[in-house]
Amino acid sequence: MMAQIQRQEEKLNLGAKKFTMWIFIFTSFMFFAALSSGFIVYSGGKGHGLNVQIPQPFLYSTLVIIISSITLFMASKAAKGLQIARQQLFLWVTFFLGIAFFAVQVYACYVLTYKMGIYFTDPNASRTFLYVFCGMHLLHIIAGLLVLLNTVLATYRNIPQVKNIFKMEMASIFWHFLDIMWIYLYVFLLLNQN
Amino acid sequence: MSTLAVHDHGVVHHEEGHEHHHKATFLNTYVFSQDHKYIAKQFLVTGIIMAFIAMTLSILFRIQLAYPDKSFPILETLLGRFAPNGRISPDFYMSLVTIHGTIMVFFVLTAGLSGTFANLLIPLQVGARDMASPFVNMLSYWFFFIASLIMLSSFLVQKGPASGGWTIYPPLSALPKSMPGSDMGMTLWLISMVLFIASQLMGGINYISTVLNMRTKGMDLWKMPLTVWALFLTAVLGVLSFPVLVAGVVLLIFDRSFGTSFYLSDIVLNGKVMPFEGGSPILFQHLFWFLGHPEVYIVIMPAMGLSSEVLAVNSRKPIFGYHAMVYSLIGIAVLSFIVWGHHMFVTGMNPFLGGVFMITTLIIAVPSAVKTFNWLATLWRGNIRFTPAMLFAIGMVSFFISGGLTGIFLGNAALDINLHDTYFVIAHFHLVMGSAAIFGMLAGVYHWFPKMYRRMMDERLGYLHFWLTFIGAYLVFFPMHFMGLDGVPRRYYAFTEFESMKRWLTVNVFITWAAIMAGIAQLAFAYNFVHSIFWGKKTVQNPWNANTLEWTAPIEHIHGNWDGEIPTVYRWPYDYSKPGHDTDFIPQNVPFSQTMSSNLPHDFEDNPGGLEEHTKWTNAQKANEAVK
Repeated sequence: MMAQIQRQEEKLNLGAKKFTMWIFIFTSFMFFAALSSGFIVYSGGKGHGLNVQIPQPFLYSTLVIIISSITLFMASKAAKGLQIARQQLFLWVTFFLGIAFFAVQVYACYVLTYKMGIYFTDPNASRTFLYVFCGMHLLHIIAGLLVLLNTVLATYRNIPQVKNIFKMEMASIFWHFLDIMWIYLYVFLLLNQN
Repeated sequence: MSTLAVHDHGVVHHEEGHEHHHKATFLNTYVFSQDHKYIAKQFLVTGIIMAFIAMTLSILFRIQLAYPDKSFPILETLLGRFAPNGRISPDFYMSLVTIHGTIMVFFVLTAGLSGTFANLLIPLQVGARDMASPFVNMLSYWFFFIASLIMLSSFLVQKGPASGGWTIYPPLSALPKSMPGSDMGMTLWLISMVLFIASQLMGGINYISTVLNMRTKGMDLWKMPLTVWALFLTAVLGVLSFPVLVAGVVLLIFDRSFGTSFYLSDIVLNGKVMPFEGGSPILFQHLFWFLGHPEVYIVIMPAMGLSSEVLAVNSRKPIFGYHAMVYSLIGIAVLSFIVWGHHMFVTGMNPFLGGVFMITTLIIAVPSAVKTFNWLATLWRGNIRFTPAMLFAIGMVSFFISGGLTGIFLGNAALDINLHDTYFVIAHFHLVMGSAAIFGMLAGVYHWFPKMYRRMMDERLGYLHFWLTFIGAYLVFFPMHFMGLDGVPRRYYAFTEFESMKRWLTVNVFITWAAIMAGIAQLAFAYNFVHSIFWGKKTVQNPWNANTLEWTAPIEHIHGNWDGEIPTVYRWPYDYSKPGHDTDFIPQNVPFSQTMSSNLPHDFEDNPGGLEEHTKWTNAQKANEAVK
């Protein structure tokens, strides 16, 4: 009975922590919602259209982050099946895809600045918004990479399975959110590129 | 059975403790404490200190307003370069107004109010051992503390603190060279506010998660006290709106320091044309007021919750319309997100859009009126005990009514064209969210002081404090309505400079002396507060005979709040003066089986077994009567 109560209490506490992650995602969502509605308000002004062909690398980075979501999903599945080695493999793949995403995003911004001549300080701030969306999302990606790293490193420390699953769930919620957030921003920019 | 359960729990608690096992040191008990009760006290004391600082700032600019031509050498001694020749400089006057507003709105009435009472009351009233994440909760306080220090440190920089108003509209806030306060002071303001928002988000996430996940057995949402409802919805508002301010501030920082043009356009500064083009200052106002309007409800809703509880306890009556109170809180919370445009009626907004914002704004009068009528109906024919907390709660209702009525004028787009940015606005929001919220906070402090410090506050000083503050606040703010109607604009440095404003100078003298009186009255509170912490009368377990769970927790503070099992909740928190019961209150943890004589059929709406028992019992009583 003691053990049962203890497990219940731990489950309860983990549940609260997972819920905390969801609320954090809400705050983050509101932040990007504010930025994109700021964009809508701003670009509604005269001569404030974006008028930028969204550079190709953004498409590649989008594909990379979608794949990373799939590998993370496979890692979760492996974790649930107690296949720790497989879980570690897929977590590392996800982690490096995340770094690849980061690199491609930075490259895309490089293309914007140096190949296309769209500067951060463009008088038309709609164009600055491109960098702001990308940069603010990358800040979140850094946090996401740290969460992934924490999750994968924990698997080497032989933590209880409950904890492992919990960490996987936390990492999944956050990373999939970042994935969806970027897809949203990318589609938003595609729709507004004229 | 119950001993077994208690025993089990003791073991569990012990084992739980193993994971984060810390020895109790001075640092983790009194400084970086993770105990929600202690963090609440940290928030309260910091909030009170900030309130005194912001009040002193207001007295300083009130002196300037009353005596614009007089020189007070003492001011130069105190303020140095900010008051050359004993007169507050125009730039410093603007700084005073700005920092007074910032500290009062954010540091006192957001962090000081929500931070204190959400931390103290949420775990204790829902029956939890602590917050969902005590560590994040501790971080929340220390971020707030550092934000406070940075905000105050802006008084130490050469050019003085931020001075563009607490709403920091660009372009003034975006161009460091536009005036002295826009330089280093503004930078510090922005850093401080970013830390402050981080603190509020960490706190808010914790409050929401605790309320939704960690309630004790039997505590369903409809058995929560209104304090918890209010603090919960406040946290929801904060979590949804503060990130929007971050977005606005991030863009502002880019404009200030990186040369972008989000908010800046066609600027000529000191005769030089600036390179900014195409920016829209209105964009900032949208982003700011999307936070800014929910923010005023973040300020008032905890005060509403605290007052509801204090009014019900001290009227010895159930709160009138408990469900209506909850739904009106929800209504206010939802509506607060679709009214921000009423701060922007004179920005050249499309009149049709203005009309939409006007309608949504005026609809807020409905839930607000529901709350007001319910408070009055709670008082009506109550067995009222006029404790200091009760007086402050009634004062809160009074200010909410008198300040709320003028909100209906200001929410009207056509009237607002005249009243915008006049003293009428100052009068309105100082009554409805300033005084009302501070009175709700003080009601909370007087009421829950025994829970926080295990001692009682002195009642007589409390009464003195209440009457001087109550009268003082009305004397200060009521005349401002008439100044506003006469078109006197806010934030003006010297009324002597304008022919049309000169006749209000005598009124300014009156207001200033009323403010000084109300300010001195706060010393009665400060003395009472500090003195009672150390030498107040020791409290009993349940000093106000209240129903909520916090009064079942031991007087001595222990980590985990209750030793042994957390009490189970059986009933709503407002069973005061229930007919047929021998005392005039039944705490939430008393099961219906122990109160057969006072049970009513509707106590068993979703409990057919209980209803059957109840019917059996009443029939038996009737049979007994018949035999007699």
